[in-house]
Amino acid sequence: MELLYFPGCTLKTSAKNFEDSALTVASKLGLELRELPRWNCCGTVYSLAADDLMHQLAPVRNLVRVQELNRDKLVTLCSMCYNTLKRASRLVRRNSEKLETINMFMDEEQSYEGRVEVFHFLQTLRDEVGFKKISEKVVKPLKDLKIFPYYGCLLVRPEEEAIDDPNDPTVMNDLLKSLGAEVIDNSFKTVCCGSYLTVDKKEVVAEMTYKILSAAVKDGAEAVTLSCPLCHFNLDFRQAEVAEKHPEFKRIPVFYFTQLMALAFGLNPEVCRFNLHFVDPKPLLRGKGFI
Amino acid sequence: MEIKVSLKKVKSPLVRKVTEISDEKIYSCYQCGKCSAGCPFADQMDLLPNQVIRFVQLGMEEVLDCKTIWVCSACFTCRVGCPKGIDIANLNEALRLLHLRRNQDHLKLGKLPREELLKLPQIALISSLRKYTA
Amino acid sequence: MIKVNERIGVFICHCGLNIAGTVNVEKVAEEISKCKGVVHAEHYIFMCSDPGQEKVRQTIKEKKLDGVIVAACSPDLHEHTFRSAAASAGLNPYRVEIANIREWVAWPHEGKGEEATEKAIKIIDAAIEKLRDNMALLPVEVPVTKKVLVIGGGIAGIQAALDCADAGLDVYLVERGQSIGGKMAQLSETFPTLDCPQCIETPKMTAVAQHPKIHLYAYSEIEDVNGYVGNFKVKIKRKPTFVDWDKCTGCRECMKVCPVKVPSEYERGIADRKAIYISFPQAVPNKAVIDAENCIRMKYGKGCGLCAKNCPSKAITFEGNGSIEEVKVGAIIVATGFDVMGVNSFGEYGYGKYKDVLDALQFERLLAPAGPTSGKVLRPSDGREPKEVVFVQCVGSRDPDNWHPYCSKICCMYIAKQAMLYKHAVPDGQAYVFYIDIRADGKGYEEFVHRAMTEDGVIYLRGKVGKIVEEGDKLRVYGVDTLTGRNVVIDADLVVLATAVEPSKGIDDLARKLRIQLDQDGWLSEAHLKLRPLESLTSGIFIAGAAQYIKDITDTVSQASGAAAKAIALLSRDKLEKEPIVATVDEEVCVGCGNCVSICTYNAVELDPELKVARVNEGLCEGCGACAATCPSGAIQLINNTKKQIFEMITALTRRD
Repeated sequence: MELLYFPGCTLKTSAKNFEDSALTVASKLGLELRELPRWNCCGTVYSLAADDLMHQLAPVRNLVRVQELNRDKLVTLCSMCYNTLKRASRLVRRNSEKLETINMFMDEEQSYEGRVEVFHFLQTLRDEVGFKKISEKVVKPLKDLKIFPYYGCLLVRPEEEAIDDPNDPTVMNDLLKSLGAEVIDNSFKTVCCGSYLTVDKKEVVAEMTYKILSAAVKDGAEAVTLSCPLCHFNLDFRQAEVAEKHPEFKRIPVFYFTQLMALAFGLNPEVCRFNLHFVDPKPLLRGKGFI
Repeated sequence: MEIKVSLKKVKSPLVRKVTEISDEKIYSCYQCGKCSAGCPFADQMDLLPNQVIRFVQLGMEEVLDCKTIWVCSACFTCRVGCPKGIDIANLNEALRLLHLRRNQDHLKLGKLPREELLKLPQIALISSLRKYTA
Repeated sequence: MIKVNERIGVFICHCGLNIAGTVNVEKVAEEISKCKGVVHAEHYIFMCSDPGQEKVRQTIKEKKLDGVIVAACSPDLHEHTFRSAAASAGLNPYRVEIANIREWVAWPHEGKGEEATEKAIKIIDAAIEKLRDNMALLPVEVPVTKKVLVIGGGIAGIQAALDCADAGLDVYLVERGQSIGGKMAQLSETFPTLDCPQCIETPKMTAVAQHPKIHLYAYSEIEDVNGYVGNFKVKIKRKPTFVDWDKCTGCRECMKVCPVKVPSEYERGIADRKAIYISFPQAVPNKAVIDAENCIRMKYGKGCGLCAKNCPSKAITFEGNGSIEEVKVGAIIVATGFDVMGVNSFGEYGYGKYKDVLDALQFERLLAPAGPTSGKVLRPSDGREPKEVVFVQCVGSRDPDNWHPYCSKICCMYIAKQAMLYKHAVPDGQAYVFYIDIRADGKGYEEFVHRAMTEDGVIYLRGKVGKIVEEGDKLRVYGVDTLTGRNVVIDADLVVLATAVEPSKGIDDLARKLRIQLDQDGWLSEAHLKLRPLESLTSGIFIAGAAQYIKDITDTVSQASGAAAKAIALLSRDKLEKEPIVATVDEEVCVGCGNCVSICTYNAVELDPELKVARVNEGLCEGCGACAATCPSGAIQLINNTKKQIFEMITALTRRD
């Protein structure tokens, strides 16, 4: 099965490990993630101003690209892209007047008709592939690996765009279980990491990273998994600042969920590009015999 | 400190502007505070989210000078919990935009150390530029 | 049709400035006096006052009026007033019509005097046209069955049943559970007096059981309701108990040996009952029932049977399908009460996930001296005594975006009571209450909350809780105190949620059977929120207690006695008078299509099986006119609202344009 896939900016650079591992595990599952031709920035953050349609152009233009191929589904990997595209798609579907204005702004494009549905890859895995099939592909179960699945905000909030229960999501828990890993669950899984505050208020983000990770470690986690490159940067890179301020803090590696799938499927660890991580996951993986 | 409440203040352009930009019903808020109680960044804020709404309800322009609106990460925890269905993140965005639309940028990337900038992924840079600059 | 010698009088009310502030009443009187048949037109400041009514009476006599129009407020308010006044002056009350120039004219068109005045004239003109063809009518007389049905055996139903029975009426009291007593029987103590239900409700339950005039149908439901005010026919379904109640002595030997444990409804799931059970020690009736869904013998048709072996009176049969009995009653009192929101809601508070997050009704059982912990406050998770307890108010109430828009009304008070009782049970413990507003609006209530704060040291925090998270063996409560403007974190041992009060489950189904209305939140609709709060819109059906809207015990008992008084007053007469505005059939024109039969909500129209024409039961007909609107041949019409009258009114409304 071929799926149209929207990568977004960071998956082409510092989150290349996310993209490479995702493409590889997808093909192992019989899915071809075909990159959306001529995609542009999704807008990164959904514009929250009701009077501002200009900032909806970028996401809607991507939906036009899907429509041009006579397709009506678009899959993302990055949680932020998912949220921005999904909310824009819903906004114009519910509001024909706004859609008309947006179409007018982009008169060089064909008019968007509002039919494209945006999905996150985790939804594809849960609803179309199924965890049973995923567990059948596992050759190296992640036995004894205690992982904290971190959902962050944009997969589960606002509730209209949530891919799972906003208070208690379980889709990554179930995925981890199908890979043979042990799930460490706590309520920090949906607490915001600080997102873009990381640029000019990095101490705020570091403190939040400390709260989230130390709770996970206290509950026994050895690693974290997630699906957002910004969360990844905050929870992984900001551990440097955390360690400076809290000397007792023990660093733990942060994985994209597709990297763990690649490991469990026995794929070449090269696709995981562990060199892009700040906290090196290799010692943990070697210790457990996964690489 | 005493607040002077008057007809002029309550009917001030602030309420209208914030309503126009956010499309939120500001006077629906009955100050239960659930937004603040659930906010992960409340300890970094000078005004709690419910207080920000209160300032707007009373037409108090000084709300524009608060730190809170720049600390909000738009994580939508408040929105999910609000009994009155108010999207507080939208209100904060409206208050930020009242600065940004006057070209009053909150973020000056040029002031950040170069090695810091190089570390940051695009997703961080672009989202903060979107939230903090005109 | 203008009859010769018509003598119509028109009385225009100012309603202070309500009407006269907008409508030029002088001009209206002048214009209307020119209408054919009008021999008198005047305006006055308050027509509904005594001098105003006297003007109507005097003019009827002096000018020998044969019809009266009062142009005033809605007929809902004063139609009855003016019809009575006219009757006392010798004019048939149905020769009086109200022209509503307040709600239809003055109020909606404030500030547009000229147009409003024109509209008022048109409306009065149309009313005159209707009046011309109004027949003088006599009320319909219907016989009365002097018996009452009370639905629901909580404190409201108990009180209403006792009051009616004490007045000498036969009462059928129907309760769907095993025992009467309702929610009140589950409470520990009651605010603001701290009486325990065992002391104040149990005697009333016993009185019900012993009253010769009360026929108790426990473990029964309403199957079907037919008939009309004074003459209802009700089918009551006795659900199968699988125990012969004539033999059962309530000795509870069966419960001792039953091996099946089921979460007890009475204990709100914090303790178990058996598959054969009597709900609680003071249950009325004191008779066992078998829960067939969980009983081994009932499920598999064989095996177990321990209860039957142990029953000294051989009462357990495992057989029966229940039975349906039909009773006739003149009035019905609906007292079905409320439920509180339960598990699977409020994920942010971990309700249903964390054992030590309870709803307030569960906490009542922990506080109750006869509860599963004998009144000791112990955590469900580990049986420890909680030293810090957080109470959260407005959980699901005042929350239009997620749950219910309304205030659940009783929570402020019962939370104060629970916090107080907790302190009595655990003197070295601390209670915290998160609240948005404290609503303590009854006699002794404010003082009661004051006592909780001062004498029992309950800390009130003004704000809501955002989330609750388990932290080791504590529950970390993330709240806010909006008065200090600070977020508050409390590591609690136990959390109690004041979950929203909801209409009793199944009320929609029952309302359909009774042909009474529910409001948008599912509470029973009263005929008028202020002036007829005890009556439904269907005559002869009264409402009592929390089924109408959330009430505390004081208000519930008051309303129950009020509803009983209404029923007693109704049934004190030998014949009932009913509005004669009913449908009539012109049998010459009726083709027997049956449209009217199927549209009638009150089952008042039938087809004569031989003549194939529609027949109206005047006792059942409520005069809604749905049949007349649907009749293709105009054969069925509503008296004094005939097609002809309606067309004349339309003509009158349009002819001045």
